[in-house]
Amino acid sequence: MSDRKIVKVCCGTGCLANGSGVLFEKLLEKSKIKGDFAVDILVKSTGCNGLCEKGPLIKIEPDGITYCKVKLSDIDEIYEKTILKGEAIERLLFSDSSGKKTKSHKDTEFYKRQVKLALRNIGEIDPTCIEDYIERDGYKAIYKALFEMTPEDIIKEVEKSKIRGRGGAGFLTYRKWMGAKKVDSFPKYVVCNGDEGDPGAFMDRSVMEGDPHSIIEGMIICARYLDSHKGYIYIRDEYGLAIKNMKAAIEDAKNHGYLGKNILGSGFDFDIEIVRGGGAFVCGESTALMSSIEGKVGEPRAKYIHSNEKGLWGQPTVLNNVETWANIPLIILKGGEWFAGYGTENSKGTKVFSLVGKVKNTGLVEVPMGTTLRELIFDIGGGIIGNKKFKAVQTGGPSGGCIPEGLLDLKVDFDTLTEAGSMMGSGGMIVMDERTCMVDVARYYIKFLSEESCGKCAPCREGIKRMLEILTDICEGRGKEGDIELLEEICSMVESAALCGLGKTAPNPVMTTLKYFKDEYIEHIENKRCPAGVCKNLTTFFIDSEKCVGCGLCRKNCPADCISGEIKKPHFIDASKCIKCGSCIENCRFSAVKVK
Amino acid sequence: MIEIKDIIEKYPREKRYTLAMLQDVQKQFNYIPRQALMMISEYVDTPLSSLYSMATFYKALSLKPKGKYIIKVCDGTACHIRSSMVLIDEIYNILKIRIGETTEDGMFSLETVNCLGSCAIAPVMVVNDKYYGKVTPAMVREIIKEYGGEKNE
Repeated sequence: MSDRKIVKVCCGTGCLANGSGVLFEKLLEKSKIKGDFAVDILVKSTGCNGLCEKGPLIKIEPDGITYCKVKLSDIDEIYEKTILKGEAIERLLFSDSSGKKTKSHKDTEFYKRQVKLALRNIGEIDPTCIEDYIERDGYKAIYKALFEMTPEDIIKEVEKSKIRGRGGAGFLTYRKWMGAKKVDSFPKYVVCNGDEGDPGAFMDRSVMEGDPHSIIEGMIICARYLDSHKGYIYIRDEYGLAIKNMKAAIEDAKNHGYLGKNILGSGFDFDIEIVRGGGAFVCGESTALMSSIEGKVGEPRAKYIHSNEKGLWGQPTVLNNVETWANIPLIILKGGEWFAGYGTENSKGTKVFSLVGKVKNTGLVEVPMGTTLRELIFDIGGGIIGNKKFKAVQTGGPSGGCIPEGLLDLKVDFDTLTEAGSMMGSGGMIVMDERTCMVDVARYYIKFLSEESCGKCAPCREGIKRMLEILTDICEGRGKEGDIELLEEICSMVESAALCGLGKTAPNPVMTTLKYFKDEYIEHIENKRCPAGVCKNLTTFFIDSEKCVGCGLCRKNCPADCISGEIKKPHFIDASKCIKCGSCIENCRFSAVKVK
Repeated sequence: MIEIKDIIEKYPREKRYTLAMLQDVQKQFNYIPRQALMMISEYVDTPLSSLYSMATFYKALSLKPKGKYIIKVCDGTACHIRSSMVLIDEIYNILKIRIGETTEDGMFSLETVNCLGSCAIAPVMVVNDKYYGKVTPAMVREIIKEYGGEKNE
């Protein structure tokens, strides 16, 4: 009996972009070499491990060795030393900010504090291999739901779990399901919202790419409860790999008897179809999404009647987000009470966040609800890049808000974030430092929303446009007295009068930045100065000659060739040629480049 | 050459497949020819006006031909705060096209996208399906050269 080594190459989008595809090919080729080795090698490509910053990642089991930032030239050495002999290569191990090396990723601060429920299989299994999923208790919950439980038993477990929808609004999942059950009208539909549109968020993409069967299984369970026979998964068109893996998973599930007619001989039929989105943010809104599935323009409608009563083609429809679906099989398998053992009083379970922006360990993290922002950003995230000063964290996508340093000890759940003026949203968490201009951030989101507003209702269509004009004026140096008050007035109008969730929450980025960072607005308007050095018209960079050591790094990195100076002597910026790209300030290790 | 008719007739004559048909046409021709709109209109028995409204509503669809190479600069939040707009400026310097425009020779189109979910390697730029991470203004020039864009300098 030979020794078996499993080599898992992370092929999530982040790692693929860093070149993990060729590493996988090379390892696969190597594993086929026949020799007298007492080692049997199995190479697998997995979904995203979460630590995208350190990618490409390779894990070698059972030794529990994780390598970061692996290059093609490292593969021979990994093969000879680690795979064949079980020796770890020091240089490729994960090292934290203090330089301490860790053999397995599981022992790093980044992973130690996480609890992986929705992401339980991602990075561990080959998403295109249904056997991998089954080996880790996959599709077991279906047996339970089909043969051991009545529909009432199913809803009781979901109720006990108190899970709230992971898509943003946080509506109790069991209530949504029960609402659709009550209506005596068939057919009924089950829909998965995979139109993840929030910039800076990629939780759902990672689940669809890395563990597609968990979504399918969750949907089958709901279908069984509702007696629905048709499901749809709506996926953003930009997510090519997610569409490919979901498609393959549906086929595999059909071939194994988990989907289609007479599932596992139970007499129950259920089928799932994939619909590709057309690249419209508003289609993440449930009624707009349904309209898009029907083959129309994706405009939302007023929700006098909830879509769980009248949804797709006017029929009862349960729509949940990817992450919600991925949790359902666990709740059925381990029980609602077990799930409710995690989290805070009114927000149970865990939440996946995509931790991005100016944070060291960019990536996907899953933590119990109630984890503080400080733990997320500083313990798991490793703090701010270049040890700059933390300024704010933005949650909830374009409809969310910016939370300042003073609230870092906030225990994150659905309700605390709403109280702080932001929202959970789908779980994007964008960390901002002193080099981020909060007025520019507000303008950025409002611009995003003005492009994505479908135009159906006037408060959203016109209100957001006017806000954008005012914010653009402020950023370009034309801000005037009264702008702030006018912004506040438009915000409250749009918030109360817009038709759907997109419009109602659109003022959040402006309101929270005005609430917590008003002085930055005032600095822009009154002193025509952008303290972060982002708004080009209001920025002048200069080099502090006391601090400059003359290393020349800024000069080398300047794309406009506007920095001059001799080595070891203070450098100068020619302000007339400066394009204000900020390369110098980002590259200076001595904090000598400053904003006037 | 695949004909519009072949693309459309892969689908049943139901309105709900309209978006999928339009996407396939877009993929094949890099835009949606007027003829395709008319054929789909007849095939699924939907007024031309509602197909026009779909073609202009969804970002993935375009009524104007696009370049051979489509440069997408990610302007998701993570990329934005890591200076993605500087890349847009640099592309303008090299190719003289702004967002939504195509070079005169039909080689390059420039678009921005709202987050490609690759925030760890922000700012991100994609040319057709190839991803480039942690892009700097200096890299932009090199990348465009890869696709034969230096003559436009």
